[in-house]
Amino acid sequence: MNIAVVVYGSPTGSPASMSAYRYVCAALELGHRVSRVFFYGEGVHNATRLAAPPQDETSLPECWQRLARSHQLELIVCIAAALRRGVLNDQEAARHGRDASNLAPGFELSGLGQLADAALNSDRLITFGGNG
Amino acid sequence: MNVHTKTLLVVINASPYRSTRARDALDLVLTAAAFEIPLTLLFCGDGVFQLVADQRAAAIGHKDLAATLPVLPLYDVKRICVEQAALAERDLDPAQLLLPVEVLGSAEAAALFHHHDQILSF
Repeated sequence: MNIAVVVYGSPTGSPASMSAYRYVCAALELGHRVSRVFFYGEGVHNATRLAAPPQDETSLPECWQRLARSHQLELIVCIAAALRRGVLNDQEAARHGRDASNLAPGFELSGLGQLADAALNSDRLITFGGNG
Repeated sequence: MNVHTKTLLVVINASPYRSTRARDALDLVLTAAAFEIPLTLLFCGDGVFQLVADQRAAAIGHKDLAATLPVLPLYDVKRICVEQAALAERDLDPAQLLLPVEVLGSAEAAALFHHHDQILSF
């Protein structure tokens, strides 16, 4: 099955991100195709490379990056939601006159069209987080 | 028939100014409409507050979402539905809303979930 996943929650604000990560791992393990993970709203905080949680805690941004490397996973971050919350790549940092960027490798800033496209072209669209 | 095989139900539970969710939902609806995805919008719970006319959001430092909603029919969003119970629980009358909507009973609203291929809720 071709599955697309939408994440609305931040790594720390709700269980949504961890549930989404575990779900994606399980789906891949069962042989499903995960065509895209789309981070929207507070979900964009999954994409920072500057989060530095204590060593004995799970770092979801790093988990996603590892998964992206091992499974060629498409991790798309809504650009409007990301800009609002200070998650920027080099190009956007330069465009908006900010002195640093923090988008983690493996993630890509893109538009909502990628979510519309995922709705059209996946067998299942699974969302995580919804009451934020 | 539309060439696209998938239909989309967008469910809006979010009240307009508590977080960016209501804004996020409308942005997604406009994008999906631009992609010509056949979609239905269902307002339930506190989401119905988005439909109240004369919101004056500037008073609390927000951009008024009410400006976006009336353009939806121009974007070919054909069905804008509201759960009747959500209106009644908040003492709202369909006549107070800023655009014409289809008012649905709970069973009809529930049926929408069966009749669409994909669902996104906000």
